[in-house]
Amino acid sequence: MILELAVNATTTTTTASGAAGVPQDVVVNLLIFLMATFLGTELIRHVSRLLHTPLMALTNAISSVSMVAALIVMSETTNSTLLILATVGVALACTNIVSGFILVERIVRLFKPKAKAKPAESQAK
Amino acid sequence: MIDQNYILLLYVVAIVMFILSLRFMSEVKSARWGGRSAALGMAIAVAATLLAYQSNNIGLLIAAILVGFVVGTPIALRVPTTALPQRTAMSQAFGSLAVALVGAAEYYDYQPHVNPFTMAVLSAEMILGFLTFMGSCIAFAKLQELIPGKPFVYPGKNFISLGILGVAGVIGAYLVAVPSASYALPIMAALALVFGFLLVMGIGGADMPTVIAILNSYTGMSAAALGFVLDNKILIVAGSLDGSSGFVLALIMSQAMNRSFTNVLFGGVGAKVVKGAPGAAKGPARPVQSFTVEDVATILGNASSVVIVPGYGMAVAQAQHVVKEATDIMQEHGIDVKYGIHPVAGRMPGHMNVLLAEANVPYEQLWEMEKINPIFPETDVVIVVGANDVTNPAARTNPNSPLYGMPIMNVDKAKTVIFIKRSMSPGFSGADNELFYLPNTWMVFGDAKKVLSDLVGALKKG
Repeated sequence: MILELAVNATTTTTTASGAAGVPQDVVVNLLIFLMATFLGTELIRHVSRLLHTPLMALTNAISSVSMVAALIVMSETTNSTLLILATVGVALACTNIVSGFILVERIVRLFKPKAKAKPAESQAK
Repeated sequence: MIDQNYILLLYVVAIVMFILSLRFMSEVKSARWGGRSAALGMAIAVAATLLAYQSNNIGLLIAAILVGFVVGTPIALRVPTTALPQRTAMSQAFGSLAVALVGAAEYYDYQPHVNPFTMAVLSAEMILGFLTFMGSCIAFAKLQELIPGKPFVYPGKNFISLGILGVAGVIGAYLVAVPSASYALPIMAALALVFGFLLVMGIGGADMPTVIAILNSYTGMSAAALGFVLDNKILIVAGSLDGSSGFVLALIMSQAMNRSFTNVLFGGVGAKVVKGAPGAAKGPARPVQSFTVEDVATILGNASSVVIVPGYGMAVAQAQHVVKEATDIMQEHGIDVKYGIHPVAGRMPGHMNVLLAEANVPYEQLWEMEKINPIFPETDVVIVVGANDVTNPAARTNPNSPLYGMPIMNVDKAKTVIFIKRSMSPGFSGADNELFYLPNTWMVFGDAKKVLSDLVGALKKG
């Protein structure tokens, strides 16, 4: 009930000020933000310490989903300055995504269990 | 145009893939699926967006994506593992600049009428984005040694840099009140850039693991803020996942250095506490016991358990492969070899593990500090390669040491400690390492790589 009221209130202010044209479901978004933060914190706590480096490459790549935002601006705008800003944004985010995911794969492959890492040992003994 | 709800549904699928990917990272065995599932999620998210918003600028769009592939692929394939911290800093610079630029584009799109909430989030998002961009550039330059790694300290440092941030915040607030004042935006951006510059300039090389993690968190938070502005759920979720990830890593790093919570949040404000005054601890020269490689080979001949403690110096000397070679020979002689990894060893979280994994050390041999510390009293020989402050027993015993309270590797409890080091110079903290003067410590002076390859030779002969 309170949630509903709050959402309605924010939507009304948005339309009243006549700005942006983006519906602002602020409370819902805040809820999503908090849930994702809690979930993220819990998930990261359980990530193996061995993998903190590839984890950073991975989360960097994931947060470059901002490419989506840049794509939306690119397709909606008619202003050439904005188009340039958004195009640069797409290129930067896409670079991050591509290099991030390749790097995760590359680093994770380096970690080998005992059996695979040293086939020579059994012969030596 | 396709129904928005289908697009949202595809976004939900992508979000699930992102969450699963973090879950897969909890174990080495499943880690490969981590990258892959997130990549699939990303492909779905981008495809859904392209379907929903059919662009009039297809040519430009394809060009931008091509640039991403052409630039991104060689970076990822060529970067050596020793340079991973730099590449992480660079990618954070790219990510935060992208977010800041899109934020600026959104502002120019909306103005002169922007509702107060949107403008407040936009201001915060741009300040965070631009400061993270500049901070990451400086971190990159320091890690790449384009500029000195030493902290740039001057009187009133924190006052000035926080003052600049404060002014940027005031301008941001002014924009909320007067959204049409578009001339204020570049000034705000410039101040955020200056703050980012000063912030990271004031932080030293050994604090980089924490700084990188904090910048990672900022990148994520600015992406989440952009999600609020655009009412884009996937951006909010992905941004907060990244934000919380960086935050947790920064927390782990700071706890491993005994730094406070606020100290983490404000990234190195008060970093001087740990820096200490170099030379302050210097008294009259105390005797150390210097040994040769042959002595070390002899004692290893009688040892049955060895723990190797690597640090950033191992990465600098590119000694990880010869460390592994020495390990192999010791194991052939029936010695049990483990590696003890301090959380802040290296220049980014988990850096040492990657270097050793690349040198073919099986990951079961890599032990965390909490697990290896109880084992030291039963260990015959500890070999310290390129680590210093994280082995200093003064952190436990001397309340006047700048390191006091920091959790360390208790190598001094082992029967014998072999410390490979180029000279007697102190570690990054400026504190003299008490370990050097203990009766069970053997100093071996020389370049880590050279000493270890000599050791390999000596062990082969013996």
